[in-house]
Amino acid sequence: MPDARPLGDLSPELLGSSVWPDRAVLEAGIPVYDVPLVSVGGGLGSFTLVDALRIQGAPASSLRVLSNLDTPWQTWAYLSRVSQLPPRERIRSDAGARPDNIWGFPSYALHEAWRDRSPRLLFQVLTEPVLTDFFSPRAETVFATLEREAARISYAAMLAKGQVRMVRRRAGDGYFTILTPPAGATPTKRIAIRSRFVHLAVGYPGLRFLPDLQEFRETHNDYHRVVNAYEPHEHVYEFLKSRPGVVVVRGAGIVASRVLHRLMDDRERYGSQTQIVHMFRTFVSGAHGPGPWMRRRGGDGWAYQAFTLPKSAFGGQLKARIRRADGAGRAELMKVIGGTTTPRLRPWQAQMRAGREGGWYHPVQAVVDRVEPTPDGRLASLTSSDDGTRARHVSDFVIDCTGLEAGVPEHRVLADLLEHGGARRNGAGRLMVGENFAVTGTENGDGVLYASGAATAGNHFPAVDSFLGLQTAALDIAADLAGRGFCARLGPLRSTGQWLRWASGRPV
Amino acid sequence: MIPTLAGRLQTRVLVLATVGVLLTAVIVPVLPGTAGPLSGTYRTAYLILLAVAVAGLGWELLYHLLMQFRWDKDWPTLFGLVTVVPEGLLMWFLLDAGLVPRVHGVALSTYATMLGFVWIGQWLFVNGPIRVVLVQWRLRGGRVL
Repeated sequence: MPDARPLGDLSPELLGSSVWPDRAVLEAGIPVYDVPLVSVGGGLGSFTLVDALRIQGAPASSLRVLSNLDTPWQTWAYLSRVSQLPPRERIRSDAGARPDNIWGFPSYALHEAWRDRSPRLLFQVLTEPVLTDFFSPRAETVFATLEREAARISYAAMLAKGQVRMVRRRAGDGYFTILTPPAGATPTKRIAIRSRFVHLAVGYPGLRFLPDLQEFRETHNDYHRVVNAYEPHEHVYEFLKSRPGVVVVRGAGIVASRVLHRLMDDRERYGSQTQIVHMFRTFVSGAHGPGPWMRRRGGDGWAYQAFTLPKSAFGGQLKARIRRADGAGRAELMKVIGGTTTPRLRPWQAQMRAGREGGWYHPVQAVVDRVEPTPDGRLASLTSSDDGTRARHVSDFVIDCTGLEAGVPEHRVLADLLEHGGARRNGAGRLMVGENFAVTGTENGDGVLYASGAATAGNHFPAVDSFLGLQTAALDIAADLAGRGFCARLGPLRSTGQWLRWASGRPV
Repeated sequence: MIPTLAGRLQTRVLVLATVGVLLTAVIVPVLPGTAGPLSGTYRTAYLILLAVAVAGLGWELLYHLLMQFRWDKDWPTLFGLVTVVPEGLLMWFLLDAGLVPRVHGVALSTYATMLGFVWIGQWLFVNGPIRVVLVQWRLRGGRVL
């Protein structure tokens, strides 16, 4: 029987074996390219690593970023925009966490203060969080500075477009990464990149819906009235501008805050008559925590925290404690410091207070049992509360702001790595990595496979899924690579010299 | 800042031994209220700096304790500046009482000018430029070792 596979596609032999000899790849007709290091993903995780490596002296020709994204900030920009964070808005991130600058100096606060000639921003960063709210940069500041840094390190020259299908170990040492380039871009369906080092920064495996909302959407084929905050849902705000309506908001994190902020802004700006029912699964009524040494602020349903984790989890005392703890200790500490939180910002507090007093914002503790359509085409959320009461809330829309993440096996490349690459999952269900961010069990000869970002949560470092966390991983990986002779170490002299180049906008 | 205890102590010593020493060298010739040869003033100034560093290690223990009441386990930028008040007052009390070894007869204007200048300089340094020289400093709770 003739082989029906397209030219240069994966053969049954390749698909079925965990270790590939060079011969098998060549026999499948897949062209092989050699690059010392590839980074899979092409988002901010890949960007921060290649940025650190370029600063540490790796030439652009020794690095390839494999991605279907045109720019590293594309996914982040999309998710921010649809989750009600337009470019002018301030994100939830520390002044010193700037993905375009491994040193974090000057901070985004100094950058914006200088650019906007704004002493107010300087005062804010000087007195945060004692007299003022934490400073955080505008999304547009992050985009603009990333664009500048991308040009400085020749990011475009390192980018190879396409969809990564898998990473497999090569017989002997190193890895093969299989890329499916855009249709028509290459003569063969796949190409293989043979490298000693691989870095995986594939972001969230995916978003998951609340089960009752997913069931409603599938049963009633209604993707209009039940929306996820991470999907485009502008039609909800447009509808509510045009006539009075009721919206149920579910979730207690930053995205719920932003969605509420948008709904409340629209009331102020356009005179919308929107009624907001805000459902908290866990209603936080005050400060909480195991003791006076560990008490987080809370109230009105929310747990309050400036950033996604307590600040020191990014680089201070809590980071050190987690690193030292064993698996059980880490899980226990994460239970205390993790969880859904939102920053306690003065303008948001004022809006919610006005809403409660005006009788149009109704925060409630409720668990939704079922969502069903009403005869007049609206939605009824049937809920039960901790005190045993049951209720039925009728609304025009439900906005799911819970942002549940899909599991690692739902990502094709990670699932393949678990099946064929020797990778293991940690107690949190993510990839187990060492302190150098090498994925445990995947080493091959002198080859190393690293990972960073959301897929590496639950290991020695809690804040993996943040600007500073990605940079931490990038610097730790780069230090490990320097130890293996791949690039130079970043000592005080090189660091200062490279910072001067950064500051003056000269290439690395 | 998000220091660990080790980070606090190491940063205190490192910064006073570098930025502190440099800034003291710069300010001594123009300090008000001094008398006698410049070498004597330098000697006194560096002894005071040493006393500030030694006492500072004790202060850091107290700050670390206070920081435990903060959920974020952080030390706001402003705290790093205003702690000059209690630290400066205690040191002046010790100087005035003659309890700092081998330092005598320092005028308040001399002491306040020197301490204010050095303090602001080291505060500015740890809130920015130190990260340029030691890229991992901020990711390790201020540890340099």
